[in-house]
Amino acid sequence: MGFSIGSSGIRTGGPGGTLAQYADQVEGRSFNLRVLWHLLIFVRPYAMRMMGAFAAMLVASALTLAAPFLVKVAIDGPIAHGDVEGLNRIALAMLLAFVGLYLASMAQRYLLSWVGQKVLADLRAALFRHLQQLPLAYHDRHVVGVTISRVISDVGVINQLLSQGLITLTGDTLLLLGIIAVMLSLNAQLALVTFSIIPLIVLATMVFARRAKRAFRKTRARNAHLIGDLAENLTGIRVIQAFANEDSAFEKFDEVNQANRDAHIEAISLSFVFLPTVEFLSMAATAIVLLFGGMSVAQGSLTLGTVIAFLAYVNRFFLPVQELSRLYATMQTAMAGGERVINLLHTEPAVADKADAIEMPPIKGRIQFRDVVFAYREGEPVLRGINLDAAAGAMVALVGPTGAGKTSIASLLARFYDVSEGAVLIDGLDIRDVKQRSMRRQMGWVSQDPFIFSGTIADNIRFGRPEASLAEVIEAGRLANVDAFVKELPAGYDTEILEDGANLSVGQRQLISIARAILADPRILIMDEATSSVDMVTESLIQDALGKLLAKRSSIVIAHRLSTIVHADMICVVDEGRILETGSHADLLAKRGLYHRLYQRQFVSLGE
Amino acid sequence: MAQKTKTFPRSSPSPPRSSLWRSLILLGKYRHRALGVYALAVVVNGLTVVIPQTIRWIVDAGIIQRNMSILLLSLLGLIGLTVVKGLVDYALGRWTEVVSQGVAYDIRNTIYDKLSSLSFAYHDQAQTGQLLARSISDVERIRFLTGRGVLRLFQSSLLLLLTFAALLLMNVQLALLSMLLMPLLAYVAFRFGRIFRPLSLDLQQRLAEMTTVLEQNLRGAKIVKAFAQEDAEVERFEEKNQRWFALAQKQVIVQTQHIPLIDFIASLSTAVIVWLGGRLVIEGALTLGELVAFTTYLGQLISPVRRLGVIIPAVAMASAAGERIYTIIDAKSEVSDAPDARPLPPIAGRVSFEDVSFSYFNQRPVLNRLNFQAEPGEVVALLGATGSGKSTIINLIPRFYDVTGGRICVDGCDVRDVSLNSLRDQIGIVLQETILFAASVRENIAFGMEGVAEAEIIEAAKAAQAHDFIMAMPDGYATQVGERGLTLSGGQKQRMAIARALLKDPRILLLDDATSSVDAETERLIQLALERLMEGRTSFVIAQRLSTVRMADKVLVLQDGRVAASGTHDELMRASGLYAEIYDRHLR
Repeated sequence: MGFSIGSSGIRTGGPGGTLAQYADQVEGRSFNLRVLWHLLIFVRPYAMRMMGAFAAMLVASALTLAAPFLVKVAIDGPIAHGDVEGLNRIALAMLLAFVGLYLASMAQRYLLSWVGQKVLADLRAALFRHLQQLPLAYHDRHVVGVTISRVISDVGVINQLLSQGLITLTGDTLLLLGIIAVMLSLNAQLALVTFSIIPLIVLATMVFARRAKRAFRKTRARNAHLIGDLAENLTGIRVIQAFANEDSAFEKFDEVNQANRDAHIEAISLSFVFLPTVEFLSMAATAIVLLFGGMSVAQGSLTLGTVIAFLAYVNRFFLPVQELSRLYATMQTAMAGGERVINLLHTEPAVADKADAIEMPPIKGRIQFRDVVFAYREGEPVLRGINLDAAAGAMVALVGPTGAGKTSIASLLARFYDVSEGAVLIDGLDIRDVKQRSMRRQMGWVSQDPFIFSGTIADNIRFGRPEASLAEVIEAGRLANVDAFVKELPAGYDTEILEDGANLSVGQRQLISIARAILADPRILIMDEATSSVDMVTESLIQDALGKLLAKRSSIVIAHRLSTIVHADMICVVDEGRILETGSHADLLAKRGLYHRLYQRQFVSLGE
Repeated sequence: MAQKTKTFPRSSPSPPRSSLWRSLILLGKYRHRALGVYALAVVVNGLTVVIPQTIRWIVDAGIIQRNMSILLLSLLGLIGLTVVKGLVDYALGRWTEVVSQGVAYDIRNTIYDKLSSLSFAYHDQAQTGQLLARSISDVERIRFLTGRGVLRLFQSSLLLLLTFAALLLMNVQLALLSMLLMPLLAYVAFRFGRIFRPLSLDLQQRLAEMTTVLEQNLRGAKIVKAFAQEDAEVERFEEKNQRWFALAQKQVIVQTQHIPLIDFIASLSTAVIVWLGGRLVIEGALTLGELVAFTTYLGQLISPVRRLGVIIPAVAMASAAGERIYTIIDAKSEVSDAPDARPLPPIAGRVSFEDVSFSYFNQRPVLNRLNFQAEPGEVVALLGATGSGKSTIINLIPRFYDVTGGRICVDGCDVRDVSLNSLRDQIGIVLQETILFAASVRENIAFGMEGVAEAEIIEAAKAAQAHDFIMAMPDGYATQVGERGLTLSGGQKQRMAIARALLKDPRILLLDDATSSVDAETERLIQLALERLMEGRTSFVIAQRLSTVRMADKVLVLQDGRVAASGTHDELMRASGLYAEIYDRHLR
């Protein structure tokens, strides 16, 4: 905050930092009232703090302008006239101005950052809450990574919008206007001559911004490529070694590594053209002041103090000019991000509870499908008229080729989606008339790719009933045969599971998900290929356990190994969205239809 | 936080030299450029110190003396100096980048090369995420150190010295007074850097934790809904969110405490100079031009001194990053070619296990003095409960791990006496989980092989029952799969792996006959392909189904790391109670 003349006042951040932010720039409107309005709703609770930050900013800007002016007064007044008393007074005034500036900028910085981060946290919480309301269809259609970047990165624009958008815009504009006003009032002629450099700075910034955008985008792409290649090779390292393919994999990596290096060198070099250019222009302005100011002083039409004050003002002139010419890009990014966040926040949950939805009474377990038609995408029906009536406590097996619609039937029962036509009933109640969670709390789901959360094994088993005691967890683990391998682990049920369950085999993960369902003690259990990834020995153990468990409750079991469902009360053969055959194992074999063919193929031809 | 169970693989004994020093030695390859950078840095600093003197000259000799020719001349000089400084700045910046990016490139290649030579034992213990972080962010920190980090340290200190000298030359008293505040400024900046850096890393960590909760919630959306756990999830997220906010607040406070203070101290010296310098001018001990030069010098010093404070903690962090990287680079592979390893000649395919014992990481033995022999072309089915040692046998033959006792011979050669490449080239592996690389279908099938004709690839794909679904893809064999490409089903991947193995045409085959979540028709196709694959090769199969044990020439029933029984299906049915039991309970 001192007043320096010439060179290094311009630099902000590292050479990369100055330009790298251009890379984020996205095409889009730089100003979008709807987005701004919705985002401001999140700021409103903290309006008082924002006002405080704004006031502090005004004070800080004004005091920033004061210092060079005081220097001018000192040089032209007390110093020129040998007035030591006057000099003391001016030095004191300067000191006070600096103290004031210190306090004001502390207040501004604190309040602004506080609000920015508070709003960030609020917005993230709101987004997360909202995501819990969204139906599974949303999750099917959106890549996880994209949604994550909405919640984690895109909300960062709020900060940008607040600190850089609103505050920088007003702050820098005010500061700039203030400097222009002071310079004009000190000497209009000299001021106007000096301002001739401004368009050049703006032009240079804009030209470089465009090139930098391209260059830094390239570095990001190359960097992503590098990380991608590395991640892939690390995951596949065993395959690479097994095929003795290390050398050619290395060559490929070397290429990517080189491209990354070169892209970075190019992008940074651009910054090293840009920074000296700005420095040069700033020095040119200084030279103009010295030349014209010096000549005027010589003619006696200007005081020396004015020239020196001019030098100081010129020096702090360029920062806001640069900031403002960069703001356009920043605002574009911020608005584009903000728009995505707002859109996510305003996605209506397609499967919402009715206003008069009732709590699901304790489920007995009768399951009915009445003429159910369902399509994930309009015009492409997956289920074309499913009719099903299973008595309470029955085990219903769904068999059929991949893509027949088995998982869709199960998903509709849990109301992950709403039917397009017809109705699904549990105990005679249309499931659209009850509250979703009250119904799902009485259901259990074991899917073919078991999902394991980070945390301990016990946490995972407890997932559906967080309040369950350790004894209950162990009992469920014993039933699902989790016990056998957990005993081998040093920390037992308290073993932390690594990301993606990396320290567990697929089969073990599946066993844990079965234990999870057992502990939840559901009235209706849905098993979607639940035992497809465990070995035969384990599978038969699970079958035993499940047999006992299922005896008391309704279940829907999807299986490709027919051996697991021969005891089902009702086997439905599904193909192309219809139920083609229904009956017990014996009935269906006797029918010599599709089921018979499937059975023959699996048991007889392979058995020989 | 949740990652205490797997610690990082056995780090080498403490590195022989400090990681800082080792990183700087990497500059050796680029020493000419690196020395050039430092020479240019001296030039830039010199110019930076000369420029305020020129301005002083302009004020004193030009403006005050009303000498227009001096004014014009020195202004031209000023512009000239700026141009020269700009050019030098560019060269300096570019070279710094070339050198430090070069170092980063070298380290990444070294790490990569190392990682691909480390045995399975290492990768079993290491986490991909951690290795990635080291190769990306830790390398970036080293890059900063070898590039701008040390350079700025050098430049800032030099500028500080030169400026101080220039100030002393102009006025000793004022110089001493104005520099009085510099150590305070440096101290506050340093304190800020020291507190702020770790804090922002913590903040990143918190954000990463939050991201993990979010990611798991999104990927497990079905389970969350199915168990109606939305509220518990919101709570979990909110807790992480609040933790993040609390730390972010701390960061705000640290910034609020330091940054305005640094600016304040810097401006304080301006006030001191105006006050004291003004007096000196009044007394005639200082010229007005010198007063202006003084303030300019101090203005120039602020950012380097500030930077100095930030860089020192960054250098400390870089050396920690270096240590993490060197634990990878210094790791010893447990499986490597013996010094006198010779290539394994083309084999017939006889595999014998002689008294083989094995344990992972000194835990209880998985194999316990195992003995058996497989003749060329035989199909050996491995049967037993989880943990009985089936996959260990599969992993030991291509030497993914080394035995801890006894030996494994291929055609009579101990596998440890031949080169890894020549051994693995003659072995094919098809496991249940298949990894495809981000490349075309064609490249994935011909993985690890060079100069393969298109016709051979298609033939292999046909035999693997993969040709039809490949042709149904948008670009046939040129279709991109893996990350950023088409996603294949488990059954499709498995058939690709079979095609890969068929094309490789190995003498020894290791496989797992499980078919993961596929429908009956696909399962039949995979079975057909596997049977074709095994024809005429010595095959070891982790048996999951009846058809496999029936067709096997030899079934090994494993129990507790030993062969409990062996023979053909029929022999075992008659002779082994254990086999009969497994058969009855699980296979039938």
